[in-house]
Amino acid sequence: MAGLARRQLLAAAGGLWLLRPVQATPESLNAALRDFSGGAPLREGRVQLDIAPLVDNGNTVPVSVAVPGVPAEQVLALALFTERNPQSEVVRVQFGPRAGERTMATRMRLATSQQLVAVARLADGSCWMQRVDVIVTLSACLE
Amino acid sequence: MRRGLLVLGLLAAALPLQADDRRSSFLDMSPATQAMQRDDSLNPGMLWVLQGAQAWSQPAATGGPSCAGCHGEATQSMRGVAARYPAFDAALGRPVDLGQRIAACQQRVQPGAADAEAGLALQAYVAHQSRGLPIAPPDDARLQAPRERGQQLWTRRLGQLDLACSDCHEALAGRRLGGSPIPQGHPTGYPIYRLEWQGLGTLQRRLRACLTGVRAEPFAADAPEWVELALYLAWRARGMPLETPGVRP
Amino acid sequence: MARTLITLPAAVRRDAVFQVRTLLQHPMESGFRVGADGRVLPRDIVRRFRCLYNGELVIEAELSPAIAANPFIEFSVRAVDSGSLLFEWTGDQGFAQREQRPLVVA
Repeated sequence: MAGLARRQLLAAAGGLWLLRPVQATPESLNAALRDFSGGAPLREGRVQLDIAPLVDNGNTVPVSVAVPGVPAEQVLALALFTERNPQSEVVRVQFGPRAGERTMATRMRLATSQQLVAVARLADGSCWMQRVDVIVTLSACLE
Repeated sequence: MRRGLLVLGLLAAALPLQADDRRSSFLDMSPATQAMQRDDSLNPGMLWVLQGAQAWSQPAATGGPSCAGCHGEATQSMRGVAARYPAFDAALGRPVDLGQRIAACQQRVQPGAADAEAGLALQAYVAHQSRGLPIAPPDDARLQAPRERGQQLWTRRLGQLDLACSDCHEALAGRRLGGSPIPQGHPTGYPIYRLEWQGLGTLQRRLRACLTGVRAEPFAADAPEWVELALYLAWRARGMPLETPGVRP
Repeated sequence: MARTLITLPAAVRRDAVFQVRTLLQHPMESGFRVGADGRVLPRDIVRRFRCLYNGELVIEAELSPAIAANPFIEFSVRAVDSGSLLFEWTGDQGFAQREQRPLVVA
């Protein structure tokens, strides 16, 4: 019974998969952004981050990143970061010579309502990003 | 609040869903989650269906025949089977759900080989063969009393929150509980890939979560109540198409 | 061997760009959850995914605990010659999985 009560309490804290009081900070997010960009300034634009503004369940959230309008061979890498997950990193992707369009889609975990940042690094060294705010509600009737 | 719910609950108990009011909880989901279910290349439940397909053709480690050895091609022999469950099992002398039927078969034919993981995959695979077919509870007199007990469970107040299933899933279906839409609670997609679980699970697992949700002590794992509830839910959802593997939040 | 579900077209035209979808059955244990005994369940995730096309890199992804269980990755490939696509997942606890699929380019 104690285990059950604790799981419900922790579930109320924002998702069963995150239980240690660890959280990304604005500093850790900025550090992650700097690490990916190699110190290049981050400009808003050119990156398209697709995610539902209100998700069904924060445990599994479809997300996709694209860089429309930029010739494919100029886009070297993409990355996704969060503001309030336990860690800032979500995924980093590097494209090789056989890549088609510079896009990727995956499913991520969102610990709570927060901002996501998608970043693209281009061949000329420039970095572009888009920020999106996402709302996460808690599922009803958890085990 | 509770008095309001009590009044609504009494009204709801007197007004079960009419046949044309029924909606699958598929319709309560966001477009992204609907897309995840609709496309077999996106649906994580298909990983278990594939696993079940392989288990179907595998002879038991203990030397018994594979499922295919007796049942042949599942795409033919298992078509429509899941739509008729729960059903009365003469050998066991009681109603069983599909998972229990598979486990009983495994124990009889492949003694010692049954494991829960393979059983779940097989359940997904077999139920998938009924995808698109209407839920069709058997017209079996032996199921009547258990089904009525299931209906009583559906309308009985349970747990510290003192709520009956019908309090939320009849009159309040379509409204929201803490941001999530309240479904009508039809078992159209089981076993489902539940995003909350990040895995596949049975109707029994989902009902267990419901009981926890109203802070009730869940029934014992092998209690007849699970199947009685499932019998009533299948009858309540009769005619609605199966979606296995469903994806649900 | 973990189960995978890989979707790509059976045949494509030369120079066409096509989508590949991959699903891998894996718990992606984040390393942040606590078990029933009160101890943290150790991290057990897929850390890297790669796709090679006739030996050349298409895409390489570094995954984190923020990727949901049963990781889904979809990406785009440009068709050149017939051959095969190789998919590799590696991660904690020595996890390593490879799958290969043929590709016909007309």
